Amino acid sequence: MQPALPPLLEIIDIHKSYGSLKAVDGVCLRIDRGICFGLLGPNGAGKTTLIEIIEDIISSTSGTVHYKGTSRAAEFKQEVGIMFQQTALLSFLTVAETLRTFGRLYDRTESLDTLLRLCHLEEVKDRLNDRISGGQRQRLLLALALLNQPDLIFLDEPSTGLDPQARRNLWQIIKTVKSQGRTIVLTTHYMEEAENLCDDIAIMDRGRIIARGSPADLIHTHCKRTTLTLPKSVAPAVVGDLEGTVQERPDRLEIRTENVNALIGQLLDRGVDLRASNVRTPTLEDVFLKLTGRSLRE
Amino acid sequence: MRFKRLWAIFHARNHEFFRDREAFGWNFVFPFLIVLGFGIIFKGDYRAQFKVGVFPILPGDSITQKIDNLPDRFATFEALSLLGFETRAAGLERLKHHKIDLLVEAQQVPVRYWVSQSSPSGAIVERLLKEALTPPGQGGRYRKIDIQGLQTRYIDWLFPGILGMNMMFSALYGVGWVVVRYRKNGVLKRLKATPLTAFEFLTAQLLSRIFLLMFTLVIVWVGCDWMLDFKVYGSLLNLLLIFLAGSICMTSLGLVIASRGTSEEFANGILNIIAWPMMFLSEVWFSIEGAPAWIKAVAKIFPLTHMLTAARKVMNEGRTMAAVAPEMIILTVMTLAFLLLGAALFSWNE
Repeated sequence: MQPALPPLLEIIDIHKSYGSLKAVDGVCLRIDRGICFGLLGPNGAGKTTLIEIIEDIISSTSGTVHYKGTSRAAEFKQEVGIMFQQTALLSFLTVAETLRTFGRLYDRTESLDTLLRLCHLEEVKDRLNDRISGGQRQRLLLALALLNQPDLIFLDEPSTGLDPQARRNLWQIIKTVKSQGRTIVLTTHYMEEAENLCDDIAIMDRGRIIARGSPADLIHTHCKRTTLTLPKSVAPAVVGDLEGTVQERPDRLEIRTENVNALIGQLLDRGVDLRASNVRTPTLEDVFLKLTGRSLRE
Repeated sequence: MRFKRLWAIFHARNHEFFRDREAFGWNFVFPFLIVLGFGIIFKGDYRAQFKVGVFPILPGDSITQKIDNLPDRFATFEALSLLGFETRAAGLERLKHHKIDLLVEAQQVPVRYWVSQSSPSGAIVERLLKEALTPPGQGGRYRKIDIQGLQTRYIDWLFPGILGMNMMFSALYGVGWVVVRYRKNGVLKRLKATPLTAFEFLTAQLLSRIFLLMFTLVIVWVGCDWMLDFKVYGSLLNLLLIFLAGSICMTSLGLVIASRGTSEEFANGILNIIAWPMMFLSEVWFSIEGAPAWIKAVAKIFPLTHMLTAARKVMNEGRTMAAVAPEMIILTVMTLAFLLLGAALFSWNE
C-alpha cells in the first residue's frame, strides 16, 4: 500500500501585520492536488496578502507554508505559475517575445504555439504587449502563468476589469487547464466566478477564514432558505400564515422558506397567480452576507 | 547562476533600449548636438570671451567708426566683442544683468566707462582697458613666449567631459530610475515569481547598461570625430578602457540607487542630488583648478571626476595607462563598494 501523498499546500497559522493592522490573522489551510481552490472575500479582506505569502513574494510575520509536504525550496518557483492581480511587463516586447523571455527563466516550458493557441493569442503574437486589449492582456498574463507547465497555478483576481464576454473566455481557458489535472488557487470577489470554477472555497474576511467548503456545501450549510418573490398586488394577509418568513418590501413581497415546493403548493391552493413570481436560490453572495454582513464587492 | 536567465533579461533590456526610439535617439542626439554646438562656437583658434557695450550707437552707425576714443589694441583685441546701444540706459540695463562686461561711451575723451563691481569678467575687461590706455613704453617688463608642443583646443578638452556626462546620466537614470519604475509597476514582482535570482537580474542590468553605454560611446565618438577631427595624443585602446571602467563604476552607482524604493519622484530627486553636483564638480564643462580646496576634495568622491581626469590625461596629454593607474584603482574600488552596497540593499518589492 502506497503512503498517502501530503497535501499540495499546507498553510499553518500564517500571520501578517502592517503596524497595528492585521492583514492576515492566523490562517490555516490545506489544499489538495488537482482541485480549483477559491479564496473569496471583499476588497481588503487579506486575500492578496495571503496568496502572496504562499507564493513567496512577501514574507509573513509568522507561520509556515509547506509545499508537497516540505518547506518551499528552489524548485517551488520552477513548479508554480502565478498571475498577479496587477502587474506590468517589460516594455517594447511583443507578446511572443514576452513569452520567450519568461520561458528562458524556467527549466521546462510549454511550447510557444501551444500556449498561444490555448490562450487565444495567435493573432496578436507579434503585437507589442502594451498594444493589446484588456482581455488579451489578461490572457497573456495567464499564458505567462502557464508557460512553465506548473503543477500549481495561482490566479489572483484574473477577470477583474474584464467585460462579461472576455471573462467567460478566460473562464473557459481556466477550465481547460483545470481539466489537465493541475491545481489552481484562485482569488476572486466575483461570486459567479467562484461558483463556476471552484471545487473548494474558503471565505475570508478581515484577515481570517470564516467558512470553508464546496460551493454547494457552503450554501447548504449557511443559507438553506429559498426566496420566493411575489408582486405587491398580492395581499399580505393571503400569505401571512404560510410556510416561511414573509417580508414586505416597497414593491414586492418576499417569502423565505426551506421548503419551496410546499410553499408553491400552498400558494396555488389559495389561487395566487404565480406568473409574476420569482424564485431565487441562495448564492455564495448570500452566504457571505449572512456571515459577515457585508457584500462581496464592498 | 544560470546564464540562460541572465541572457534573457540582458536581451530584453537591450530590446527596450533600442526600441524606445525617443530614449534611443536622445542618447545619441544629445551628446552629438552639444559637441557639435561647442565645436562650431569654438572652432576658431581664439574666442571672443568678453563683451563690451558701446553707446550711443544709432541704427546704421558703424561701431568701429564711433570708437576713435579707444586705443586700437583694445578695440581690435580678439578676446573682445563690441555691442552697440542707442542710449546709456539701454547699455546699463544689460550691464546690470551681466549681459555685457563693460560699457563705454563712444567719442568721449577722457574715456568714460561703467563696470559692475560684482562681475569678475568686468574687472578683467577694465584691466584690459586701463592697460590699453597706458602710453606705449610705460608698460611692464615682459616677454611673450608661445607654448610649444601639445596644444589642446577647448573642444578637445571638452569632448571627454560631454561623453562622460552622457554616460553618467545614462548609467544613473538607465539603471537607477528604470529599476525603481520596474519595482513600482510590478515588473520586479513578476520577475521575483520566477526562478530568476536577484544576482542574475542585477548582473543582467549591469551588463546591459555597460553594453549600451559603450555602444553609444563608440557611435557618438565616431560621428563627432568625423565632424570635428579630435586629436587624441594617447592610445585609443587605453581611452576605451578608461571609459569602460567609468561606465562600470557609474552603472554600479545606479544599482545602489535602484536597490530600494518604489517612488519614481523620490528616485528622481536622489539622482538629481548625485548627478548635478557630479556634472559641475567633475570638470565636465570647466576646470575647478582655482576652486577652494574643499570643493576639490568633494569632487574626488565622484567617479566621473576620476574617469575624466584619466581620459584627459590620455587624450589631451598622451599619457600611458601607468600614469592613470591611481584613477583606475579608485574607479575599481568604488565599483566594488557600489556593487556590494547595491547587492546588500536590493529588494524586489520594498
